[in-house]
Amino acid sequence: MSKLIRMDHTGHSTLAEWTPEDPAAVEAAVAAFRAELERGYLAMVSTGPGHAEHVRELPVQAELVIMRLPISGG
Amino acid sequence: MASADVLPELAAVSWRPRVDAAQLRLRGRLWTLTMVAHVVPFAGAATLLMMLQPLALPVALVCLAHAWIIPELYAQRGANVLRPRPRPHAATVLEPAAPERRSVGLLGDLVGHEAREMHARTGLVLEPGRLGVWLVGEAGAVLLHGRRRAYCYCVKVDPRRPQASELPSGDRIAHLLLALRSDEAGFATVANLAFAGAPWRLRRRMRQEMRPALAAARSRGRYA
Repeated sequence: MSKLIRMDHTGHSTLAEWTPEDPAAVEAAVAAFRAELERGYLAMVSTGPGHAEHVRELPVQAELVIMRLPISGG
Repeated sequence: MASADVLPELAAVSWRPRVDAAQLRLRGRLWTLTMVAHVVPFAGAATLLMMLQPLALPVALVCLAHAWIIPELYAQRGANVLRPRPRPHAATVLEPAAPERRSVGLLGDLVGHEAREMHARTGLVLEPGRLGVWLVGEAGAVLLHGRRRAYCYCVKVDPRRPQASELPSGDRIAHLLLALRSDEAGFATVANLAFAGAPWRLRRRMRQEMRPALAAARSRGRYA
């Protein structure tokens, strides 16, 4: 089961869960993913120990997609 | 580099040259030069005053105090990037609030056992990278590049986002960690350099409980 989560004031919120074999769940996850992008969140996927990748489309095969806010120099 | 590998936040600082090892060394040397430019005139003035007029001892001492205080203030500025921020979800240290626990749980899923344990003890996450070994805190990160220099970066979740101030500590670190892992050089470019200097100078200004993390990072850097 893949998960789309957003880091927020609760620690994190699960926005969608899906399996690639379930088109309806994938569609809902894609819609949630796009809604977060429109709110200014960035999507990240871990790609192995010490590596992560910024994605612009929902990677349906990924186990965990994390939405984060942008960072800036302080 | 493919655009997907470039940190999107770089667009906001497009005038900055992308950080690499050569640029890091150059900036480190410039910081050393700046320190020398602060210390030598004051120390020199103190010496000269004493040679010309020993009764000027109080003024000479003020000059020496300046020569000592200015580098210390810079080191303090560097150490401040690792200071934990006020918790939006107030709870006791022994019984953290649910958002804190959830955020630390997520952070724990992103790092290995050793880093998880280090975070529990020090509040910092140790992350090896290509440029060196990083210590990531809630509002900044320290890069140990080479054996003799620590670079302290002030970088955090964009405070212009209203959600930023509500994030629990683990999420703040996870934001920085994910950005660092996706584009290390971009991360160092977006961040503001607050201090570069010898790790021992930084160590003296760090909170006691965080010092083992710096020691571990130095040790990791030495044998990498």
